[in-house]
Amino acid sequence: MKRKLSSHKKAELNMTSMIDVVFLLLIFFVMTFKIVVPEGDFNIKMPPVSQPRETIDLPPEPLRVRLSASPAGQLTTISLGDRVLGTSFTKLRERVLLLIQQRGGPEKAGVEIELAPDDQLRYEYVVEAITAVTGEVKDGQIYKICDKIKFAPRHK
Amino acid sequence: MKFQSKAEKRELDMTSMIDITFLLIAFFMVLINFSEADTNERIKLPISELAKPPDSPPTEPMILQILNDGNIIYINTEYDIEGLRKKIEFQLRLLKLLKVPIKSVNVIIRADAGCEAGKVQDVIELCQSLKLENFKLRAKQNDQ
Repeated sequence: MKRKLSSHKKAELNMTSMIDVVFLLLIFFVMTFKIVVPEGDFNIKMPPVSQPRETIDLPPEPLRVRLSASPAGQLTTISLGDRVLGTSFTKLRERVLLLIQQRGGPEKAGVEIELAPDDQLRYEYVVEAITAVTGEVKDGQIYKICDKIKFAPRHK
Repeated sequence: MKFQSKAEKRELDMTSMIDITFLLIAFFMVLINFSEADTNERIKLPISELAKPPDSPPTEPMILQILNDGNIIYINTEYDIEGLRKKIEFQLRLLKLLKVPIKSVNVIIRADAGCEAGKVQDVIELCQSLKLENFKLRAKQNDQ
């Protein structure tokens, strides 16, 4: 049986409700939209102090970074071991890199860095110090220096 | 003067508008981020150029947000250090019941840039005393 396609009547859908819903969705997404700044993590492995060592091999002596603060929490000095480096994180990075290269490079050295910040120091300086000793960005590439970082035990 | 009564139906061509609207919806849907439940606007993270988002999400994340005054937000509730100890102990008991190894828990610390380093260390030491050992200090890439 043949269907008659006699008149070309325009089939019309009522779009009103769909457009309403679509605009509501659009408004919802516009209102909830927020540009999120990328966040990243620095790994810190700190096993409990009482845990017995599984290996007999002693790890190499960690590099101790001391961050001293003024009573207001501002950074006053950075020292690496006995050497005082002022307040320059670039100097800290260069010095750590030098010491690690003397021990055979980042892969071989297996050096740990132990941070000892003053209690009242602003946390942003701690992250800045961790950034300085972890690596650096050159031409958009990240060059790792040391990824074994821990906090020194505190004496209360 | 009389207006014409004949109700001529005027039709607007809505096709292109609907196309654009759907494109906008698709754009916002792709970019929307619902994971903000883990973040708090009171915390201004420190900035680090090396803070790149991880390739894969950490296993068993435990997000602790340390405010400027040293109080800690954990699962949308604010605690002091002793309150946090009780909450984490309870949470670890739950994980034990679910047979999740405690060593697989990653403690993610989102601390305010202006809080005292000692407060962050207090939280780390508290977690250490509860046999947690993997910590991640969170920072943001730039200041936008």
